Amino acid sequence: MDLTYTLEQQAFRKEARAWLEANVPTEPLPSFDTKEGFDAHCDWEKKLNEGGWAMVPWPVEYGGRGADLLEWLIFEEEYYRAGAPGRVNQNGIFLLGPTIMEYGTPEQRARFLPKMASSEEVWAQGWSEPNAGSDMANIQATAIREGNEYVINGQKTWASRGAYAHWLFGMFRTDPDSKRHHGLTFILAPMDAPGVTVRPIEKISGKPAFAEVFFDDARVPAENRLGEEGQGWSVAMATAGFERGLMLRSPARFQNTARKLVDLYRKTLQSGAAIDPALRGRVTQCWMAAEAYTLNTYQTVSKLLAGGKIGAEASLNKIFWSELDIEMHETALALLGERAELKPGSPAAQGVGDWLDGYIFALAGPIYAGTNEIQRNIIAERILGLPRK
Amino acid sequence: MEFNFSEDQELLQQTVRDFLEGECTAEHVRQLWNTETGRSAEFWAKLAEIGVPALLVPEEAGGLGMDERDLVLVLEETGRAALAEPVISTAAVAAPLLRELAQSGKPGLAEKWLGRIAEGAAIVAVGHGQSPFVSDAHVADLLLLAHADEIHAVEPGSVDLTAEKSNDGSQRIFSVDWTPVGETRVAEGELGRELQAASFDRGALACAAQQLGVGQRLIEMAVLYASQRTQFGVAIGTFQAIKHRLANAKVKVEYSRSVVYRAANSVALHLPTRSVDVSMAKLTASEAATFAAKEALQVYGAIGYTYEEDLHIWMKRAWSLDLAFGTGAWHRERVAGAVVDSALPAESFGYSAPTA
Repeated sequence: MDLTYTLEQQAFRKEARAWLEANVPTEPLPSFDTKEGFDAHCDWEKKLNEGGWAMVPWPVEYGGRGADLLEWLIFEEEYYRAGAPGRVNQNGIFLLGPTIMEYGTPEQRARFLPKMASSEEVWAQGWSEPNAGSDMANIQATAIREGNEYVINGQKTWASRGAYAHWLFGMFRTDPDSKRHHGLTFILAPMDAPGVTVRPIEKISGKPAFAEVFFDDARVPAENRLGEEGQGWSVAMATAGFERGLMLRSPARFQNTARKLVDLYRKTLQSGAAIDPALRGRVTQCWMAAEAYTLNTYQTVSKLLAGGKIGAEASLNKIFWSELDIEMHETALALLGERAELKPGSPAAQGVGDWLDGYIFALAGPIYAGTNEIQRNIIAERILGLPRK
Repeated sequence: MEFNFSEDQELLQQTVRDFLEGECTAEHVRQLWNTETGRSAEFWAKLAEIGVPALLVPEEAGGLGMDERDLVLVLEETGRAALAEPVISTAAVAAPLLRELAQSGKPGLAEKWLGRIAEGAAIVAVGHGQSPFVSDAHVADLLLLAHADEIHAVEPGSVDLTAEKSNDGSQRIFSVDWTPVGETRVAEGELGRELQAASFDRGALACAAQQLGVGQRLIEMAVLYASQRTQFGVAIGTFQAIKHRLANAKVKVEYSRSVVYRAANSVALHLPTRSVDVSMAKLTASEAATFAAKEALQVYGAIGYTYEEDLHIWMKRAWSLDLAFGTGAWHRERVAGAVVDSALPAESFGYSAPTA
């Protein structure tokens, strides 16, 4: 156990900090759930990539920096410290990217990863269907092999970033007679292929953040299959692990929110506004929980670097960060008093509207990436060993 | 940056676990609850054989010369076994306090006691300013007691003990009536305050480490029970209402683990963040263990509410450790003072690292 940074790690941090300070936009970008914001975020990703910072832990040949996971954590800390924009291509870079690294052919890696790193191609997720939500093995959309192509029919829904994304990854039933998690295949599909129709869905924020995607005899080349035919479930579970685990929600994100929350508490106190006495304790608790999440992640990363693996433990993470995110934002809103109602840009909001936005976003946390109820089942059965039936 | 335990550290943990699984059964703990002292000299000698009280004693004094990063995993195991012996006061607090007294120019006391602690021949009780009680004063060969900014080394013959009735049968606590005098004073002023603070933090860390083991054990017991007990024709562990309770307890225990390990590192290295790190560890681990206790009881149902069933042995450990070496309220206040009341920016792990 050595909880200090090496000279190399300190130098890495310094380099990242300098680049970000010089390059992070001074004004916040519009939400990437709008077309204008989506384009602005893609421009930022391009700049990040040109600076060599888009995909820190990826191999250099795929547009990465070849850094290890600890350096990635350091980069994330600096990224949030600098107030840099959200990652518009997070489905791609944090979830699909690592999956392609693990399951993709050399050709697929060369084809997809560099354009993912530059966000020239932004990815949407295609897991859920109208009848396959928590019960993901009930997927009904089919991809039937015809020659060198798969012919896709069916519907995906809640495709995050689906309204503007260029590509979609998801699971399709390649064996129409198969049941449950057998006969599924992981396929990468271009959103502009003939037969693909996108219908954006507005979130409760009123922005078209996700979409329904309809496939009507859409043809994709067989080489867009990731992993073996019929092995889609295992491939998808790897992606889900990245989603629930440390890749999607690095601790810096929550530490950053916790620090803002502490600042908000102090400012509210100084303003002389009435504060519920319980909030001092809640702010403290949030800060401690963000620290706990960070320490847990550092321990996990150390384990991975020492050759260990994580499996179902990712479900512990997902519950912890999603509930923490809500609690932090609820605490902030409680501190804001009536201003908690104001949307960003409202004249009297004075910049506090981000807490409301953040709260509404946080509310989705226990639902996406597998609901927290599903995560609790996974913990109970696969970590604790409680009987399935 | 490397947040792992070494193979040797894990091996030591496994050795202690194996030993306690064989020797410190629930039956053994119950037997001790019913004896007058609640302590077993024979058992303490066995703990000494595997080196537990010697861990923090320097090698030149006959000990193993390890630090809190080694001890923390051992303490976790003693919590897991609901061990009812003065490991915290003697091994985790007194041994390093005597070592530090020696370093500050009081070698006599250390020379007399450290070797005996290491070989299991001496038990030391410690009293600190946050508690009116002293654990294990009745079996102590030496008492190290705080008074204002002083520390006193007191012989057991010169104090009056009043036994208190602790809810946790594994704990024996006493009100101690004693008079501080010049001859017993071994530290005062700045040194006294520093040593008191360090000792208190070591005690709180030790409680936190034991709580990790207590919480984990409570979950395991409830999992075993829920897997065997059938109702409506199936094991009750198949019900989501049961699964989700225990999954929540597991999340809390796992998310206190790294916090406790980090605090062990901060104590071992005397880091400036030591006190806040320890308070966070004590709070999170205690909250996890007391939560696990409540959920486990609910999973057991009525049988868990009986004295005959073993569950309450660990529930009571969780509760008493929660209060020992600073209550939750005390530690929460200490963290709040450092994080929200302070004018300084909150020092979060990693994030605030210097760039120089």
